Amino acid sequence: MPKDDGIGASTKRREDVRFLTGNGKYTDDINLRGQAHVHFLRSDVAHGRIRGIDTSAAEAMDGVLKVFTSADFESAGGLPCGWQVTDRFGQVMQEPKHPILAEGKVRHVGDPICAVVAETYEQARDAAEAIEVDIEELEPVIDMKSALADGAPKVHDDLTSNLCYDWGFVEDNKDAVNAAFETAAHVVSLELTNNRLVANPMEPRVAVGDYDPWGDSHTLYTTSQNPHVIRLLMGAFVLNIPEHKLRVVAPDVGGGFGSKIFHYAEEAFCTYAAKVLKRPVKWTSSRSEAFISDAHGRDHRTKIELALDADHNFTALRTETYANMGAYLSTFAPSIPTWLHGTLMAGNYRTPLIYVNVKAVFTNTVPVDAYRGAGRPEATFQIERLVDKAARELGVDPVELRRQNFITADQFPYQTPVAVVYDTGNYHATMDKMLELADYAGFEERRAESAKRGKLRGFGIAHYIEACGIAPSNLVGQLGARAGLYESASVRVNATGSISVYTGSHSHGQGHETTFAQVVADMIGVDASSIEIHHGDTSNTPMGMGTYGSRSLAVGGSAIVKATNKIIDKAKKIAAHLLEAAPEDIELKDGKFSVAGTDKSVDWSGVTLAAYVPHNYPLEELEPGLEETAFYDPSNFTYPSGAYGCEIELDPETGKIDILRFIAADDFGNIVNPMIVEGQVHGGLVQGIGQALMENCVYDDQGQLLSGSFMDYTMPRADDVRGFTVDHSCITPCTHNPLGVKGCGEAGAIGSPPAVVNAAIDALHRAGHTHVTHIDMPLTPARVWAAING
Amino acid sequence: MYNFELVKPSTLAEAVAALAGEDAQPLSGGQTLIPSMKARLNAPETLVSLTGIAELKGVSRSGDTLTIGAATTHADVAEQAAADFPGLAALAGQIGDPAVRNRGTIGGSLANNDPSACYPAAALGTGATIVTNTREIAADDYFQGMFTTALEEGEIITAVRFSIPQASAYAKFLQPASRFALTGVFVAQYASGVRVAVTGASENGVFRWAEAEAALSSDFTPDAIAGLSCPADEMIADLHGSAAYRAHLVGVMTRRAVIAAG
Repeated sequence: MPKDDGIGASTKRREDVRFLTGNGKYTDDINLRGQAHVHFLRSDVAHGRIRGIDTSAAEAMDGVLKVFTSADFESAGGLPCGWQVTDRFGQVMQEPKHPILAEGKVRHVGDPICAVVAETYEQARDAAEAIEVDIEELEPVIDMKSALADGAPKVHDDLTSNLCYDWGFVEDNKDAVNAAFETAAHVVSLELTNNRLVANPMEPRVAVGDYDPWGDSHTLYTTSQNPHVIRLLMGAFVLNIPEHKLRVVAPDVGGGFGSKIFHYAEEAFCTYAAKVLKRPVKWTSSRSEAFISDAHGRDHRTKIELALDADHNFTALRTETYANMGAYLSTFAPSIPTWLHGTLMAGNYRTPLIYVNVKAVFTNTVPVDAYRGAGRPEATFQIERLVDKAARELGVDPVELRRQNFITADQFPYQTPVAVVYDTGNYHATMDKMLELADYAGFEERRAESAKRGKLRGFGIAHYIEACGIAPSNLVGQLGARAGLYESASVRVNATGSISVYTGSHSHGQGHETTFAQVVADMIGVDASSIEIHHGDTSNTPMGMGTYGSRSLAVGGSAIVKATNKIIDKAKKIAAHLLEAAPEDIELKDGKFSVAGTDKSVDWSGVTLAAYVPHNYPLEELEPGLEETAFYDPSNFTYPSGAYGCEIELDPETGKIDILRFIAADDFGNIVNPMIVEGQVHGGLVQGIGQALMENCVYDDQGQLLSGSFMDYTMPRADDVRGFTVDHSCITPCTHNPLGVKGCGEAGAIGSPPAVVNAAIDALHRAGHTHVTHIDMPLTPARVWAAING
Repeated sequence: MYNFELVKPSTLAEAVAALAGEDAQPLSGGQTLIPSMKARLNAPETLVSLTGIAELKGVSRSGDTLTIGAATTHADVAEQAAADFPGLAALAGQIGDPAVRNRGTIGGSLANNDPSACYPAAALGTGATIVTNTREIAADDYFQGMFTTALEEGEIITAVRFSIPQASAYAKFLQPASRFALTGVFVAQYASGVRVAVTGASENGVFRWAEAEAALSSDFTPDAIAGLSCPADEMIADLHGSAAYRAHLVGVMTRRAVIAAG
């Protein structure tokens, strides 16, 4: 077994060769013969009634093939929502129709009204300007609490109000939680905002629809994190195309961060229009369009309270959160503030009583859905800000207050009061590791040095828990998921021994082609270069659920392990035949099958060749060939955790925060490729720091997006961070998947925002600005200055 | 972007003639004009490129005067003015990113007069002379509010003449997203006195802070303006900062510029 490409090796990412040389094949690189182009005319008002649409001038323009309106989609369904939440009174959520093109009303700036298909993109765009849309502007609802006020304008006229659901969790705990607050020695509370974000992957969304009239079959090329899910949702619920007539391909995808999980109107449009026009139809989002049509993330307003006894033990926690759904329910929107958020409210602590209330609200803004972390960053931010505030109010060390209330290593598996069971973890160990790497003991000396230069130095701590690999399917079904959450894999061994692996997960930056090959190489003992990983095409891959929620290795990797084990079992039987031994006596080591206790052996390619040229083969007992498929449905979530430390310097004159050091001590369970894990953590940290200090999606009171371009929406840049100290040596392997892995994709974005904000508050308090107990993200210089001087 | 004609003259006279055509606009580095055309916010029939005109390019010194051709890029100013006028070169070296600095020009920036651009602070802060194809305009007369200048229709900036100060510096606080100046202050010390020009902060575009100029003219130290505060009236307020914050930053950046010029 070559050491450099098995499990545990920092094998270089094989896909980077094509990415870094500009040879990736992205959806926009796909140009089909006879392709036409679509431009969407989008609403420039947040709320309005469509009185009439005159497309006649546009249709007469050069190159225009057709102008579509909602009238062309009367036979089509709306974009479906994949999760139904039941509220605390037992009622299902309000679920409005989400049409492909606006029907009767426009409900957010960016809502598509018409689609112009023309020979060229420029012609389509020119023609869109000639469309006359008569819109009666209506008063929009932008602020969530205003949207729930009596008499507020309704985003959807056919719903009873703008309340999607009022969810309580665990509803039966509510009275006990309230009683605990009555008798608490201390109560600490905090009101905070989790700021709305725009994912902004480097590659904007693209869709190319193609139709083959001779086979009556459709192909959609799209920028998706889960092509099978798109095939199911679009085929079954929107366009009524059976799966065998619909192929969805998601080739190289340049980042998703959640925003490419969802089924979008533009995908359905291009698929449908290709059949109407008998020509391929392509759409490529501009960056400006992405801001007003990609699902946004976060956007919660929360009041959280913690009850403690006289000894500072946490006795109860309760929250009230308003979660913005935007104008329509995006694919998984209802699940984010509920099952991906409420179930994590125990954090790393033994808090015995917890009650979470979430009110999901429709507003005249872009739909909000999962964004890196999805619900878990919101939970972690609340808990870790509040625990920090509690330590400050009680006058105790924030590290010690956390340690005192941590679930201890001997308490796993640990049943939380919010349904989930943590299988493994060791929070004291990760905290110790972080403090050691941070040189926490030397902080005071560094602070004094900063003070000499007029700068305020602070150290912020956060400890997070997350739940990855959402599962099992039968449980999530009970919780309202309209999908299973297993993963698939097919392992096709070729005659000469090379291996083609087809995974239902999807790589859009995560490095699956490298990591998954390492797993298979390690299991069989062959060179990773003889293994190819395929993903993203529904025509050659068993039905898979795709990549999000840090699930690829924990769930998709486990499916690959399962299929590979089937391969090994069969290969051993073939080897046993060739070696004239019993299958149970066959050992596989370093790509060679041998009979235990003898020098008789046959190598891997000898067995694979026998499988496909079965001249000497037990045909009566065994089918020829060597190809196996497996579906893996996990029995539980995985629970990565970690301690994050952030050391900042704050300029009190300008309010500007510089991050000087950032330490991440994560427990991801077992690690397949440490280099890729570190890269994932780096990316997550930058996005979390971006949320904490810079990124903010802001609407004015008329629903116009004020931060609609990179001129006003601040993306973190390389020079905003100075490198990170990333450690993953604290390992408590996951107990219920074969690799013992937990997932690492979202951790950085989950744990870092509270660490950054806690550092800022720490710096201000150490400098005597004790009136500042909280600053809402992002902590821009202007906000920090205003907090100091407010 | 709509279709347009592009002409690229090699002499100033040809450029002036081309600009007399209907709906023609001059194109220098295009760092503002091209994005606005891509967003379909601007649709000239004809673009007259000024970047092929040799007489509009280059940095030259004569005595205490530094003359910079209007079509000289920020990158070239950063490099070529470094020895003679380090305060200006440093300003040019902080504009945008390398791609912007290698395309954007000093003439383009001054003609556009974006209220958050850097160059207006240097031009007003030094009392530069804006030289056009028809006349010379003192900086004090040139800037007339955001995106508004003394330029007439069809008039082309050909060069900017700077009187080299004894000491100067530009202190810029970045708007976090665009990295334009949220507030930028250029201070320049001359034998005749000190000039202080502020960009990014005011709804009226670049302006001189008279109180600071008076204080610094008698004592060119940060302490001289310690008690001064710039009024917040007519300051820009947006999602990146309130009027009061910008007014506060004027004081902070002025002090930092004085220290840097020190």
